[in-house]
Amino acid sequence: MNKTFATAMLLGSTVALAACGQKAPEDIPPPPASTVPEAPATTPTTPAGPSVGSQAHFEQSINGQNVIYFDTDRFNIDSADAAALQAQAQYLAQYSSVSITLEGHADERGTREYNLALGERRANAAKNYLVSLGVAAGRIQTVSHGKERPVALGSNEQAWAQNRRAVSVVIN
Amino acid sequence: MKKLIFAFVMLAASPLAAQNQDLGLPAPEGGEVVTTGTEASGEEAEGGLTFTVTDESDWQNLTVAIPGFATDRDVPTPASTDGTAALGRDIARIITANLRNNGLFQPIGPDQLPQPGFAQITEPAWSTWVSRSNEMLVHGYVRGREDGRLVVGCYLYDVALQDELVREGWVIPPADWRRAAHKCSDLIYSRLTGESPFFDSRIAYIAETGPKNARVKRLAIMDSDGANHRFLTLGSATALTPRYSPDYKKLLYLSYVDGNPRIYVYDIGTGRQQLVAETGNPTLAPRWSPDGSYILYSMAVGGNTDIYRVPATGGQSVRLTDTPGIDIGGSYSPDGSRIVFESDRSGSQQCYVMNADGSGQRRISFHGGRCATPEWSPRGDQIAFTRIAGDFNIAVMEPNGRNLRVLTRGWQDEAPTWAPNGRIIQFFRTTRNSGRTSLYQVDLTGRNERKLPTPVDASDPAWGPILP
Repeated sequence: MNKTFATAMLLGSTVALAACGQKAPEDIPPPPASTVPEAPATTPTTPAGPSVGSQAHFEQSINGQNVIYFDTDRFNIDSADAAALQAQAQYLAQYSSVSITLEGHADERGTREYNLALGERRANAAKNYLVSLGVAAGRIQTVSHGKERPVALGSNEQAWAQNRRAVSVVIN
Repeated sequence: MKKLIFAFVMLAASPLAAQNQDLGLPAPEGGEVVTTGTEASGEEAEGGLTFTVTDESDWQNLTVAIPGFATDRDVPTPASTDGTAALGRDIARIITANLRNNGLFQPIGPDQLPQPGFAQITEPAWSTWVSRSNEMLVHGYVRGREDGRLVVGCYLYDVALQDELVREGWVIPPADWRRAAHKCSDLIYSRLTGESPFFDSRIAYIAETGPKNARVKRLAIMDSDGANHRFLTLGSATALTPRYSPDYKKLLYLSYVDGNPRIYVYDIGTGRQQLVAETGNPTLAPRWSPDGSYILYSMAVGGNTDIYRVPATGGQSVRLTDTPGIDIGGSYSPDGSRIVFESDRSGSQQCYVMNADGSGQRRISFHGGRCATPEWSPRGDQIAFTRIAGDFNIAVMEPNGRNLRVLTRGWQDEAPTWAPNGRIIQFFRTTRNSGRTSLYQVDLTGRNERKLPTPVDASDPAWGPILP
């Protein structure tokens, strides 16, 4: 159920990025903010676009599919996750000097220590999938933030679905 | 050019510097408190007292008068700006607040009572207290010694019997004067209820500030009544899940100081810390064995988390669990023979017990919902845990899993920690939507739930044992 929502949201943000005319359902919240501290270099002052190997370049090249979402307490890679990870793997194959950190997160509806372990399990599930697609394991680090770093701030199913995630971040 | 060289040197020294870069100033270690004879009286304490209180509902209603502690000579002391006489009244106020805040007895403090003189401490003016209908009477004194230390005596009298129930005295460094009030509170509490003491103890916890998506989490410590509060880390790195060592000299906690979750052992006296296990993997959920000789930690390898044990002095780690899934936490029985821990090997978080060597693992929670963060009572008779069944509540059960009792009804109450005597449980409560957190405590009976005062939001309480 939550998965359906997450998938819809993922598709929604992809659609928005592709500037397609299709209208998104009204209850879809804005896509999660990037966890990268520096702002993407897609400002009018840099018409050349983000530089190769930057987080902004990575996200732009894979249509924003640098975040995958999980069901409550789950860490399996479903078809939407697989599509996003395939896009990430293609990027990493094209830019072989790029390494990433996979950040695993959980929603707030879990105990703190368990959620740290759960975030680690999610990050590793994503990492293992990328490795199965041919990305060298040494190019992927993992870190769990448990429930410590939510992107959606509410206490409801929609927010929790956005927070159960693994985020791929380019290591600079 | 000089700047460049300096930067290079800093980088070269980074392994240790990185571990210490989030640390604040070390906390001054407490001084030694020596139990002494109560010098104000030349008489021996009378043996063979017959007064006992065993029924809880009876003692809850006892009125306890706590007038200011007297002093033989009002002398200046570093413990108070106003000398030993004022200090005596402050000590009585702390005892009154201790009893009142914990729902114990019906205490009446020094601001509502006549002040006894020094000679009356061992010879109470009975007519005064009988006429006020006070059932119990606490007297005490403060004496400033030549060497700067303080002697504090504490006496508990039964007004109806006109008899002394118990007395004790302590020699304390002036900086630790509040401990005399806690020790006297413990003396009163233990004598009247038959329970073990708990006031003279400290709490480590995580102080929280900032917005929900960027909380700043700092390691902090305080006395059991919230006094002597200190932040131990600066907040540049997230700190989580502290645990006091049984001797209060060290703290285990999780820090992101190097960017990854790792557990450290922090030396309170020196203010330095080191990794508990030199491993490239995330380490979580640190715990001490009851005698402080071992540390339990949980480590995630390839996403699979298991529980390990390592000697506190360092050395080889022993893996205690090896099932697929998340095995995490762990809390020793008071005798150190068994460990209760959390595992999702059955598909959801449940509580399990194993022998201290990892053998004999078996599930004990079969009451619907999930069982998380189990903590064995210091008395051994109960296990407190976070019960997840819709909302998160604090619950207790016997070590065999029977007789579940849910003690709290918050939206998200988690991470119970026991008072040193196993009669009170602290935990933290998260508020829906805002994500704000507070420390709470509740009796083992489910009564006397209250929020603990902390300077900022607070989570992950860890109550230490009675101070040595």
